[in-house]
Amino acid sequence: MRIKDLLTGVAASVLLAGTAQAEMTGGKVRIGVLNDQSGLYADLGGQGSVMAARMAIEDFGGSLDGTPIEVVSADHQNKPDIGSNIARQWYDVDGVDMVIDVPNSAVALAVNEVTREKNKVFINSGAATSDLTGPKCSPNTVHWTYDTWALANGTGKAVVKNGGDTWFFITADYAFGHALEKDTTAVIEANGGKVLGSVRHPLSTSDFSSFLLQAQASGAKVIGLANAGGDTTNSIKQAAEFGITQSGQQLAALLLFLSDVHALGLPVAQGLTFTESFYWDLNDQTRAFAKRFGERNGGRMPTMVQAGVYAGTLHYLKALKALGSDGDGKAVVAKMKEIPTDDPLFGKGTIRVDGRKIHDMYLFEVKKPEESKGPWDYYTLKATIPAAEAFRPLDKGGCPLVKS
Amino acid sequence: MIQQLLGIPPQALFGQLLLGLINGAFYAMLSLGLAVIFGLLNIINFAHGALYMMGAFVAWFLLQYAGIGYWWALLLSPLAVGLLGMLIERTMLRRLYQLDHLYGLLLTFGLALIIEGLFRNQFGSSGQPYAIPPQLMGGYNLGFMFLPTYRGWVVVASLAVCLATWFVIERTKLGAYLRAATENPTLVQAFGINVPRMITLTYGFGVALAALAGVLAAPIYQVNPTMGSSLIIVVFAVVVIGGMGSIMGSIVTGFGLGVIEGLTKVFYPEASNTVIFVLMAIVLLIRPAGLFGRA
Repeated sequence: MRIKDLLTGVAASVLLAGTAQAEMTGGKVRIGVLNDQSGLYADLGGQGSVMAARMAIEDFGGSLDGTPIEVVSADHQNKPDIGSNIARQWYDVDGVDMVIDVPNSAVALAVNEVTREKNKVFINSGAATSDLTGPKCSPNTVHWTYDTWALANGTGKAVVKNGGDTWFFITADYAFGHALEKDTTAVIEANGGKVLGSVRHPLSTSDFSSFLLQAQASGAKVIGLANAGGDTTNSIKQAAEFGITQSGQQLAALLLFLSDVHALGLPVAQGLTFTESFYWDLNDQTRAFAKRFGERNGGRMPTMVQAGVYAGTLHYLKALKALGSDGDGKAVVAKMKEIPTDDPLFGKGTIRVDGRKIHDMYLFEVKKPEESKGPWDYYTLKATIPAAEAFRPLDKGGCPLVKS
Repeated sequence: MIQQLLGIPPQALFGQLLLGLINGAFYAMLSLGLAVIFGLLNIINFAHGALYMMGAFVAWFLLQYAGIGYWWALLLSPLAVGLLGMLIERTMLRRLYQLDHLYGLLLTFGLALIIEGLFRNQFGSSGQPYAIPPQLMGGYNLGFMFLPTYRGWVVVASLAVCLATWFVIERTKLGAYLRAATENPTLVQAFGINVPRMITLTYGFGVALAALAGVLAAPIYQVNPTMGSSLIIVVFAVVVIGGMGSIMGSIVTGFGLGVIEGLTKVFYPEASNTVIFVLMAIVLLIRPAGLFGRA
């Protein structure tokens, strides 16, 4: 089976130039959704991402000119070794052509390397680290939904401009938190602000009161939460309990998902300002998608990560159709970069040479309970950050692909 | 000199000590339940974390679907979960008493995974909000820190429950029966005491303690299907350090380790979730029976 795959792969790349016969390895396209399905990031991606990938396949027509498209999924448990082992097995044994989602930057960086080594395709929606399109960029990887630079640029800039010029970070102690703290620090300093200190907590901490007290003692005007998922919701909830905001300090949740706001409830979450690339209630198209998604997902609206899985899968399939083969991951990603992106959720956009998907980002504020008109009506749009300004300039990331 | 203690102002240090004590309250209540169960049933109850989570969820159900608030939940949730515990003891655990510890551990671990999986499937992983009851909102400015009223209440409530439990087991006639049944069940049975029923009730009580801790935790943390599994390993470390089966040992160790963990969060936060296990390793090397255990 593996030899046959290899041969078809070789054959496909030889024939690549002209004869565009649909030639898919193993006679099918197989997409692997790899994410946290049981831990603190399960609600922002998890089974919802699997559903989003399935919906993209349906909307693409269910098959690629008669070649079946399949979805497999697995739980990486937020452990890089487990994540890269699953990816390796998928590529080597199970005939998976593309891996998508992979929240948790540590796992994403590991899968990034495996994908490069196996010459497959990795579309990242869930992970945040901007290193994926910076020093660690790969010709086999596309970073779809958001990244730490975009979050820092959106939220960091807005907060500093509103007078929040001294910061203290509460940072998740792994690749993602470090990247987010680093990128936000750069934005703060570039806008004339100052970072007074930071504290790093282990992933999946339940009690944040000690860290919040340290942040309070620092006297900083803004407490920047460089963490995600359950860590962020616990930080925000306990900050309210300890009267942090009443005493004049401001919380900046650098990464907040719709699922987090839902879990916190509006009374606690109201007034938070943060950056995202998607909200279900942006326009008619996003609302139509959200309605379909909600019907299958127990009424839960899609997060931006799940939206990114949908859009990424759709664009991947378009590239396969244009290319006529899925054997050579580099060629597929090159095709994805060549054709402009266009989908109902993120609108028109492009994928840069470093793998960065470019689209608008949005600055949202969480509504007050009395402003919310119904379930899941949580955000007010404060500002749109145009695509051209939303992401790190191509020459600033240190991606080796850019020079060539 | 006086302003700084190891680079930390003493005021900040007081705050951290107090916070450590608050977290220790949860460790103490959970490890107490484990110690009681282990002492009498010889079962290493790995389902304890899941039952703690259920306690929080029952409080949430009561509020969400029946409009029953926090104070009643403090009573009703431990009752409900305790009854479930007794059912588990009657139908499953009872069959394992003659076997090796390992079987009880495997059964309860499996139960924990099943319970957690069911809740996660139903309610997702990011949890449900549970508000602090209005009577306990707000807080006091202690000068060195802002103490939320609710956290203060947690320490007081937990200390009271722990000490009451210790008193019942170590100082009353009922407790004497319990302790005697641990040593020699056959003899106690011969005196006309219904040992199997006592064991069922004890397991129910241990489980109810976990559920009570769950209700107390609900307004602080999200009511979350994984809240138990992230705590249970630490609590086992507490029990091991305190000495398996020792009541006072688990109370003192619970509070003590909370404080040590709190201090770690100031001096080297990155290690805050490993420090307890380092301590456990050291204690096991020096005193394998635990600090308060009988060798």
